This record gives sequence, structure tokens and C-alpha cells, in this order.
Amino acid sequence: MIEVKSLYKSFEDKQVLCDINATFNNGTTNLIIGQSGSGKTVLMKCIVGLFEPTRGNIFYDNRDFVGMNKIERIKLRREMGMIFQNAALFDSMSVLENVMFPLDMFSNDTYTDRLKRARFCLDRVNLSDAEKKFPGEISGGMQKRVAIARAIALNPKYLFCDEPNSGLDPKTSLVIDELIHDITKDFNITTIINTHDMNSVMGIGENIIYICEGWKEWQGNKDQIMTATNEKLNSFIFASDLFRKVKEANK
Amino acid sequence: MLIVKSLSTFGRYLELMNKTFSRPERMRMFFKQYVKELSQLGVDSIGIVLLISLFIGAVICIQIKLNIQSPWMPRFTTGYTTREIMLLEFSSSIMCLILAGKVGSNIASEIGTMRVTQQIDALDIMGVNSASFLILPKILGLVTMMPFLVSFSIFAGMGGAYATAIIGNVITVDDLTYGLQHDFTEWYVWMGIIKSLFFAFIITSVSAFYGYTVEGGSFEVGKASTNSVVSSSVLILFADVFLTQILS
Repeated sequence: MIEVKSLYKSFEDKQVLCDINATFNNGTTNLIIGQSGSGKTVLMKCIVGLFEPTRGNIFYDNRDFVGMNKIERIKLRREMGMIFQNAALFDSMSVLENVMFPLDMFSNDTYTDRLKRARFCLDRVNLSDAEKKFPGEISGGMQKRVAIARAIALNPKYLFCDEPNSGLDPKTSLVIDELIHDITKDFNITTIINTHDMNSVMGIGENIIYICEGWKEWQGNKDQIMTATNEKLNSFIFASDLFRKVKEANK
Repeated sequence: MLIVKSLSTFGRYLELMNKTFSRPERMRMFFKQYVKELSQLGVDSIGIVLLISLFIGAVICIQIKLNIQSPWMPRFTTGYTTREIMLLEFSSSIMCLILAGKVGSNIASEIGTMRVTQQIDALDIMGVNSASFLILPKILGLVTMMPFLVSFSIFAGMGGAYATAIIGNVITVDDLTYGLQHDFTEWYVWMGIIKSLFFAFIITSVSAFYGYTVEGGSFEVGKASTNSVVSSSVLILFADVFLTQILS
């Protein structure tokens, strides 16, 4: 479980996050949604420690992340997996080497065991055939799946996904969403996804947090979102014609 | 303002070096990277070092013969001067300036691209010391290979001088050989190698700093690449003055 308490973040005199409070439970797919520039990526970067919060606390299973020293943080980071917006695969390594990288760095298993684990992860994301290819030789959707395989290689307790569907077609987005959701359930991971893809929200949003101009405006799940009365949330969710029609049909 | 900015940049450079010179998390992975860098930064530079040194050695020999050599001077002057130029300045300092262009821009753009495509963030999230993992093998790789590159450059330069003697008949082989051997001081070879080790450190660490601290996109990566070459070249020239003074 990850708890965020009274989190503030500013860059020089620009306040980006204001008084964010949220709890992300184990085995749950948590979504942070909001417009571009609303502060959701900054929030995720604060949670994973890429940015230092100006004020506030972050607890990983009651362990105070903000108060940790460098070594404690590095240890905790080995319990995290992250999927970046552009997959962030290492260009100079093959697909298999990318997935094996965290194992090579931190696992004390034998080479055979590490290879077995990497192949299991690739198999889990249906990419067994692509292990010898390089990131530049595979599609965007496949790159995201490799990133997922790499993120789960060390059996993380916490999985972070920064806009995992950006640049993907709706069908591939659905595959990625389902994969992340299934992995979250199978391994009882605390998953946090940053997205502004409404299909993801409606598909896998078990706990949704809406951020607007740095403030947490709304929290609920995919069923509650359709009937929410928050004006800012509604103007964001139902900005598209399709979702307006869905809402009207639901009435 | 400029002083404050320079001091701030220097401070960030020292911070990065402090992060870089820490014990690698996994020696097996460090050696893998180290061997890769030996090949990429060192072995892959041998060709250009040999080519440039060969031609510069030949040109120095021709220029000395045509413009300096006179009946008033001993016949070994051309060979002697060619050797001294190669040993004292060209094979260490000028060769490192050339390598600052080739290797420096390569390092800055590679690490800079990794930064803007979030590959460095990915390493940090995994709990890997990205600075140590990416930069330390590069520094040690080029520092290891530099004495070999300097030696190759010296020999190639002399090879070029012999080519002018044998192919161009600019000077007799005997005169050239006598000049190359005349009043040889072994310390000059060591001096060139010692200087080049400092220059190798400057090239790799400064270029890595510019790449690692890139913010933005491809335009900034290009800018970082240019800045890394300019800064390393200027620092090499400054360091050359001090090192020559200290070591002479």
C-alpha cells in the first residue's frame, strides 16, 4: 500500500501540486487522471522519488519514503517497477537483455535461472518470439510490453506506469491495459497508472484520482465516475462527444 | 553573474563525479560495460589516430625540410624536430583535441539521448546508480586505452616521416633515422602519456557531464554535444599549459 499525505510540490515560484492526499491499495489498479499539465506526472515522479516533494509524506507500507536516506531509498526502489511513456528501453540491448538487466544487476541467481525468469516474463507478455530483436526493430506496442516484462522481472511490490497507452492504437491500448490489470491481480502489486485515456479509465479504473491544476478534485472508481457531479471532472471526462453520448444513454 | 554560473556548473560537475566514483553495484556488469567502452572509445579510435598521425608526421617532416632545414643546420634537424613535435605535443595534446571531437561528442550525445528518452530515469528507478553505471566505465575505458593511442600515434607519425623519405625522397632515410634517434630523452614519452591520461579524464568526464545534465529534447542533446567538445578542448589546452610547466 502506498499513502500520500499532504503532498506539495513547487518549481521555484510555480506551485504544481497542492495538498495531495491519496491511498493506493495492494492488488488494485489505481489511476491518476487529469489534463496535460495538471501535475499528474509530477505527482508520480514525487512518489517514485525522481522529484523531491516540497512538503508532505509518502509511505510505502508504512515506510516513510521522504525521510529515507540514499541507501534505504535504493533498497526500496528495487521493489518498484516502472513503465515509462516511451517505454525507455535500452537501445543497445536486445529485448531479452533488456528484461534480464534488472536480474543481472540485483539477482544472485545463476545465469540459467535468470534466463528462465526473463523468458517467463517475456512469455507473460506474449513476446517469446521477439527476444533477439532490438527495441528499434519492434513496434510501439511491443516496446511497451517489453517494458512491462522488464518492470515485473524482479517481482516488484509496486508498479508505476506513466501514460502506458500514449501513441498506441485503441486495440493495442486495450491489450496493454488488460496486461497491467492482470499482472496487478496475479502478483498482488500496488499499481499506479498515469493516464488521460478514457478507455483505460472505464476499463480498469478501480481507484481513480482526478487531478486538476495541482489539486485533487475527485476520487472514486469507474462506476462512480459516470454519475459524478464534480463539474471540473465532468468537463474533463465528457469532453469527447462519444462519452457525452454514453452518459446520455446511461440516463 | 558569469562567475556564479561557472561556479554552479563546476559544483554540479563535482557532485556528478562524486556520484560516479562510487563502488559499482555489480562488478560483473561493470566489467561488461568496461570492456564495451574499451572497444567503443579506444579500439574504434585507433583507425583515425593512425590515419591523422601518419599524415601529420609526413607533413611535419616535409615542412621542416622545406622551410627550416638549410645548409647551416645539421642534417638530422628534420628527423629530430619531427620526433620532438610528435612526442611533446602532437601525439598527446593535439591527438586528444581530435579525440575530444570524436569521443566527446559521442559520449555527450549517447548519454544525452538516454536522458531525454528516460533511459537514465529507468536506471534510477531500478535502484541503479546511473552515473556510476554509465560514466565510470567510459572514464576508465578511455584512460586505459589512451597510452596505447598515444604510442600508436607516435609510431604512426614517424611512419609518415619515413614515407616522405622513402616514397617522396624529401630526406634520406639515414638522415631521418639519425635525427629520430638523436639526443633521445625517454622522459618525453612518459610526459606525453601522463598528459594524455589527464586529457582522457577531461574528455570523458566533461562530455558525460554535459550529456547527463541535458534537459529537453534533441535540440538540447545537439547543444550539449557541441558544448562538451568546446569545453573539453578549452580545458585540455589549459591543462596542457600547466602540465607542460609541471612535467618539464
